[in-house]
Amino acid sequence: MTISIDPQKDNNESLQPNGWLRYLSFSLDHKVIGIQYMVCGFLFYLIGGTLASAIRIELASPMSDFLPRDVYNQFLTLHGTIMIFLWIVPVVNGAFGNYLIPFYVGARDMAFPRLNAVAFWLIPPSGLMLITSYFVEGAAQSGWTAYPPLSITTPQSGQIIWIISVLLLGGSSIFGGINFIATIIKLRRPGLKLMQLPMYCWAMLGTSLLVVLSTPVLAGTLILLSFDIVAHTGFFNPVLGGNVVVYQHLFWFYSHPAVYIMVLPAFGLVSEILPVHSRKPLFGYTTMVYSIMGIVVLGLVVWAHHMFTSGTPPWMRLFFTIATSFIAVPTGIKFFNWVATLWGGKISINSAMLFSCGFIINFVFGGITGVALAQVPFDIHVHDTYFVVAHFHYIVYGGTVFIIFSSIYHWFPKVTGKMLGEKLGIIHFAITFIGFNLCFAPQHWLGLNGMPRRVAEYDPQFEFVNQISSIGALLMAISTLPFLVNIFLSFRNGKDSGNNPWNALTPEWLTTSPPPVENWEGDAPLVEEPYGYGYSFSEKNKKI
Amino acid sequence: MLNKNIYLILIISCVFGISFWIGFNVNLLPAEASINAPIYDELFKILFIIGLIIFIGMTIAVIYSLFKFKRRKDEIGDGIALEGNLSLEIIWTLIPSIIVLIIGIYSYNIYDRMGGMKELNHSHEMMSSNTEKIWAGISQSSNNDIANNNLSVEVSAMQFAFLFNYPKGEFISGELHVPVNNKVSMRMESKDVIHAFWVPEFRIKQDIIPGQPTILNFTPTKVGKYPIICAELCGPYHGGMRASIIVEEESDYKDWFNKNKKTEVNL
Repeated sequence: MTISIDPQKDNNESLQPNGWLRYLSFSLDHKVIGIQYMVCGFLFYLIGGTLASAIRIELASPMSDFLPRDVYNQFLTLHGTIMIFLWIVPVVNGAFGNYLIPFYVGARDMAFPRLNAVAFWLIPPSGLMLITSYFVEGAAQSGWTAYPPLSITTPQSGQIIWIISVLLLGGSSIFGGINFIATIIKLRRPGLKLMQLPMYCWAMLGTSLLVVLSTPVLAGTLILLSFDIVAHTGFFNPVLGGNVVVYQHLFWFYSHPAVYIMVLPAFGLVSEILPVHSRKPLFGYTTMVYSIMGIVVLGLVVWAHHMFTSGTPPWMRLFFTIATSFIAVPTGIKFFNWVATLWGGKISINSAMLFSCGFIINFVFGGITGVALAQVPFDIHVHDTYFVVAHFHYIVYGGTVFIIFSSIYHWFPKVTGKMLGEKLGIIHFAITFIGFNLCFAPQHWLGLNGMPRRVAEYDPQFEFVNQISSIGALLMAISTLPFLVNIFLSFRNGKDSGNNPWNALTPEWLTTSPPPVENWEGDAPLVEEPYGYGYSFSEKNKKI
Repeated sequence: MLNKNIYLILIISCVFGISFWIGFNVNLLPAEASINAPIYDELFKILFIIGLIIFIGMTIAVIYSLFKFKRRKDEIGDGIALEGNLSLEIIWTLIPSIIVLIIGIYSYNIYDRMGGMKELNHSHEMMSSNTEKIWAGISQSSNNDIANNNLSVEVSAMQFAFLFNYPKGEFISGELHVPVNNKVSMRMESKDVIHAFWVPEFRIKQDIIPGQPTILNFTPTKVGKYPIICAELCGPYHGGMRASIIVEEESDYKDWFNKNKKTEVNL
């Protein structure tokens, strides 16, 4: 018996709503899913940012006077969890990955469109669940690290909801990772070689390998932790003979690679943006690929540098110091290559470029403090202080979030067919850059001089520096306004961008803006030189 | 061409000069009050200077390229089609590798001088029974490192306080009193969740872990009162979990000890 398939009936498009409603539907179109990730992530960013503002208001005075103490701990837990699992990871991986990867490999969609939609639709419910846990009996209050025994002894409902929602988000991340690996390896257009792919594909391949290798460890750990909480088992509970340090090893086995899950895609995105706006090929493509893979391998064997004061044996401290320090080498190569990409170009100074250059400066600073933190004797003094808080905000905010904004300025014309306003964009950049550095640079001093992290009250001698930091946070909150106004105005009546406003050579620009459902009207173009600037078009991309 | 090179050398020496000047003249650290602190500050200074050179250098390179290679109005066309430069890339792989290696070896040396690589267990038989597992902390060598001169204190941490038990005098204190220039050995245990013992002026920190005692040794060098801060999130009053360490002259310490002791031991 043969089964006949009616192409009309199997065509998902006829089942999908049109217009803006499709963004609320179980759409299988990778472009729609990308936008869904982006908008959803940004809404959570606003919530996480509000929590951060509350934290900075509390810290403007040395006494615990703005929030109740347990609510303060809930806020810092939610802030960390939301910013990592609901904003940065879904946006740099899910949003840009879904939108761009099929274009880059010359496919019409991701390898597993349904899995893709499932991966996205796990996010809003788990995010909402996490936030509503605050209104039930209070959210989790043991920090985003949820170290036992604190996570076992604090109120249970919040902690359990936290575990479930992180498990769902981890699942979403794994589904996404599998999908990216399959798409990049198997769905490339015939004739397109791996070493011809745009750098973001390599970054996503590396990131997805990390996601698939390390996220299951976090999932297993959190399930064991939930047993300890609900069923009173003793995996990590010292009262029942459990070992709290084992939890830390398992947790950081995921959560250190999670840093690379947050920054590697940003490294990929900036590698797309810089060549376009400086009109030069990406410098050192091959070394860039190797350094991404080097970071992936090294990123898996550095986790215990988060535990130098936990009672780790000397040999382990030494090994993790050296492994961590060496990550600076492939990372350094990437930064030198980006500066070399700028060198001798014809640089258009626009919002996308400014945010990318801001990223380079901030991340170099965060990377330098990172190498310092990798040294055991250095880390022992500043571990769990505001020095560490400042360091990782330089990496994830000054690094990744700057690139998210840069990418929005770069790809907004692709998605909407309209340009984002440049004036508001430059104002947005200026306030963000000043506010960010004002907020986090002084925190290095605070940590060195004796202010631990996650505190609601502190030594009054730190009041002035904390107030400077809070003013910086206020500027960061304000900087969101010109951005939102810009998006709103440009979306309503922005300047028409045409199909390829930047004259870029990467494949997503070689179709209409916004692109058709099938990505290209005809066959996907074969782009052998995605960074072939400086040559004439006809010479390098003959087959377009 | 010669002119260009002179400018480059000038800029590089400026970057080095500024970095060294800042490194030696800007003090970002609190007072040095233990024999660990000057060792730590030496490492900090070196890392600070290297970091400044790289940061200032990279920032200048980025800002310079933005101005120098800015697209002028009505200018069309692309930049040079430069796809890479193998020798340049080898240079900036090798130089950072060497810097990182030197930093690693140097910080290993610092860590060794702090006593981090010492085996802890053998000198503490009196504290640990054979069945008990002691988790490493920092063991610090001292100028007058005489085994009998060691002052032993048992620290217990709980939500949200530190208690210091002086086994020789069989009394418990809420403040940690120690004589200056004497090695102090602490055995720390937590009653509930993870805490941490941090004295910023001593540059030492060690987590206090429930179920697994940790050891921390230090030698204070400066008389004074310093804060002991809990550095690991331990609950709602974590920010308020502080105590004081009072470093005194030996005679003052003996007076204090003799006033508080509950046994007939005399120091």
